Amino acid sequence: MTFDSRLLPYLLLAPQVAVTLVFFIWPAAQAVWQSVHLQDAFGIRSEFVWFENFEHVLTDPNYLDTLKVTVVFSVAVTVLSMGTALLLAVLADSKIKGARAYKTLLIWPYALAPAVAAVLWMFIFNPDIGSFGRALRALGYDWDYRLNGGQALWMVIMAASWKQVAYNFIFFLAGLQAIPRSVMEAASIDGAGPVRRFLTITFPLLSPTTFFLLVVDMVYAFFETFGTIHALTQGGPGKATETLIFRVYHDGVVNNDLGGSSAQSVILMVIVIALTAVQFRFIERKVHYA
Amino acid sequence: MKPTRFIDLVPHIVLIVGVLIFAYPIYVTLIGSTWDSGTIGRGGLPLWPGGQGLDNYAQAWAGEAGARAKYTPVRTMMLNSLIMALAIALGKIAISILSAYAVAFFRFPLRMAFFWLIFITLMLPVEVRIIPTYKVVADLGLINTYAGLAIPLIASATATLLFRQFFLTIPDELLEAAKIDGAGPVRFFIDVVLPLSRTNIAALFVILFIYGWNQYLWPLLVTSSGDMETIVTGITKMIGTGESANDWNLIMATTVLAMLPPVAVVVFMQRWFVKGLVDSEK
Repeated sequence: MTFDSRLLPYLLLAPQVAVTLVFFIWPAAQAVWQSVHLQDAFGIRSEFVWFENFEHVLTDPNYLDTLKVTVVFSVAVTVLSMGTALLLAVLADSKIKGARAYKTLLIWPYALAPAVAAVLWMFIFNPDIGSFGRALRALGYDWDYRLNGGQALWMVIMAASWKQVAYNFIFFLAGLQAIPRSVMEAASIDGAGPVRRFLTITFPLLSPTTFFLLVVDMVYAFFETFGTIHALTQGGPGKATETLIFRVYHDGVVNNDLGGSSAQSVILMVIVIALTAVQFRFIERKVHYA
Repeated sequence: MKPTRFIDLVPHIVLIVGVLIFAYPIYVTLIGSTWDSGTIGRGGLPLWPGGQGLDNYAQAWAGEAGARAKYTPVRTMMLNSLIMALAIALGKIAISILSAYAVAFFRFPLRMAFFWLIFITLMLPVEVRIIPTYKVVADLGLINTYAGLAIPLIASATATLLFRQFFLTIPDELLEAAKIDGAGPVRFFIDVVLPLSRTNIAALFVILFIYGWNQYLWPLLVTSSGDMETIVTGITKMIGTGESANDWNLIMATTVLAMLPPVAVVVFMQRWFVKGLVDSEK
């Protein structure tokens, strides 16, 4: 059942469509246009250069290093935050005393901005002022993530994962609560222990949640951790913690390289579109069978 | 009574360790905000509160010069963040509920085209179109304005999809009855649809408020004056390169204040928050 009106639906859509066109579609089209053009230093003349910008970007060994850092970073953040969250969710879902209190105490980090999480980690691990940072040095370990690339990468991975555990925890908990108790009880009666129950019942039944979180965490690690990296290491030392998104920002805003930055933006767009497509294929299937 | 076995304690131990890992950095920051910058800078921060708390917060709040530099007052940054977060949350809800209403309750030419246009925004996060979006905002003269901070972020495919999904569950009979009573689409929206959407709006508001408050890259780009600084970007600017000689007491007090609103929202509106999160991602 619907209303009949010629003009009203367009008026209702107008604000959303206007914002979308002006701030999403138009800039995205600009990025695509710039990615196949070369501009002179004053931005007056531009020349169509086919895929030259892409060629530059993709053959730049620095870019490939950045890609490698991004992959290591994203996989590590996804695995760490999902693993920790699953462990905590399974325990908090079991019938133990104080389960509610544990839940409240574990979900609030969701509220923190990635950059704030990074700052908190700095307070702890800074080699001059942080308790752990100083302790590591006192133990004779040469800890300084501002100078050591490997340590810097470890820091941003830990700070980014730390923040994302709460999100994963909430979804795992919701997934666990949707598993019928009767199935678990039946398995219990048949003599399956907790570990066996987890592996043969809980984990397979959680797979839609797991898959969904996999995509969300990848997107998080790719895009939202810009704040983490910007606040903690600025992509350094050297380029040890520079991810693709940080590089787009750096090349475009700091180095003012429009063509290169746009080509990188277009590459990122392709990645997001691929991730979104995967996510929606999966959601369609879930709707189908649920 | 069965005696407690060690194995029964293991889940508690693991959960408590988990809770501590998340609480410890916050605790350190809280404690740090009650000491002086020298104590923190030397790395000698004790585990108990000091006596400088009130001074630190007052100083950070009013933006009085610290021992080493002068910063934007926290009250200015908090106000900017609050305006940005509210504008983003309310803006997203308003334009999404209207467009979802159009798509769900009307049949008109190009309906699906518009639907897809909105849907596409999912695939264009601000991070992938930084420079051109900045240029559009600059051309419109919106740099260093609240409009520039909020409007480019208020298009929302997820909120639109969520409201549309919900509208499709409103029974036809309701619409029929409204029509028989002579109610037009505007009446129906105000008297029936809005009240029915109350819980959805509340749940979504919680999520979007946090989303807005925590914005980082966009405020970093479109604000250049201290008056327009938001608190999350403000903290990293206060830290600079992270040398030990910093006004750490003020930085930590500012961090505590920056965390307060979103954490309070999560803790006090937990039920809505979890609902909003799980619904909007479905």
